[in-house]
Amino acid sequence: MIPLSNFLILGAILFCIGIAGIFLNRKNIIILLMAIELMLLAVNMNFVAFSHYMGDMAGQIFVFFILTVAAAEAAIGLAILVVLFRNKRSINVDDMGSLKG
Amino acid sequence: MNVELALFYFFSTILVVASLVVITIRNPVHAALSLVLAFVVSAGIWILLEAEFLAITLILVYVGAVMVLFMFVVMMLDVDLVPLKEGFTRYLPIGALIALVVIVELAMVLGGDRFGLENIPDPIPKPEDYSNTKELGRILYTTYVYPFELAAVVLVVAIVAAIAITMRGSRQKKYVTPEFQVGVRRNDRVRIVKMAAEKRGASKTDNDK
Repeated sequence: MIPLSNFLILGAILFCIGIAGIFLNRKNIIILLMAIELMLLAVNMNFVAFSHYMGDMAGQIFVFFILTVAAAEAAIGLAILVVLFRNKRSINVDDMGSLKG
Repeated sequence: MNVELALFYFFSTILVVASLVVITIRNPVHAALSLVLAFVVSAGIWILLEAEFLAITLILVYVGAVMVLFMFVVMMLDVDLVPLKEGFTRYLPIGALIALVVIVELAMVLGGDRFGLENIPDPIPKPEDYSNTKELGRILYTTYVYPFELAAVVLVVAIVAAIAITMRGSRQKKYVTPEFQVGVRRNDRVRIVKMAAEKRGASKTDNDK
């Protein structure tokens, strides 16, 4: 008998840790990507919890698609990171001001 | 306190601690490892929510593929860690304060008086032969078959994009141009060397050196 609010608050805590991670590690792109994964995990937690308590499988289907898109995002993000490191020898965000806009 | 609630608190404590470690630790390899721990315990929480298929998928896809990719990249890049932590202690108080305020606000909205057991009761237990995987598959291949195929397209695009981005182009190509290959002559490939015959012992010592 776990109330739904427990899962929602756990998701909120995870999401805030993800946001705080983005603010605290503004230099390191790898940790930024990991913080994004944490935030996606929090959202998925909410979807699964609501799906269970509302008796609606659509939430779990949505989590399935979020997992797919997150995997694609991680693959492309890491590919960009590898190319960036190959060209700049650094993953510091401060070194990326060369794109004149 | 029943077993489920105890398990929930156990898993969620580990989850919160592991995700705090992810954003605070210095070494990205350790951060990736503790993110793996976070995914595994959240798979446990999803099993508490009777989403078995997604829990297994989370472990297989995230821990098995995405986080291994992360570890691979982190270990492949020879990153200088010192400048990456600049500003961490400077932003820590304000960042932690904002995160705490947001958590408290969200907890006030999502707390027990709106989403507690009185308002949203525990769902009726499923029958014994109920299979989460079967049900998910039934919906996925009927109602959601079109988004499912779009997800496949997204994955193909991700593969092609990741390879296209990281491919190095002409520097590492090793093919021979056809006109050069057709126009090649015997003298380009074979060189006949004339030399005097040597005695066997002499060549042997020559090889032994």
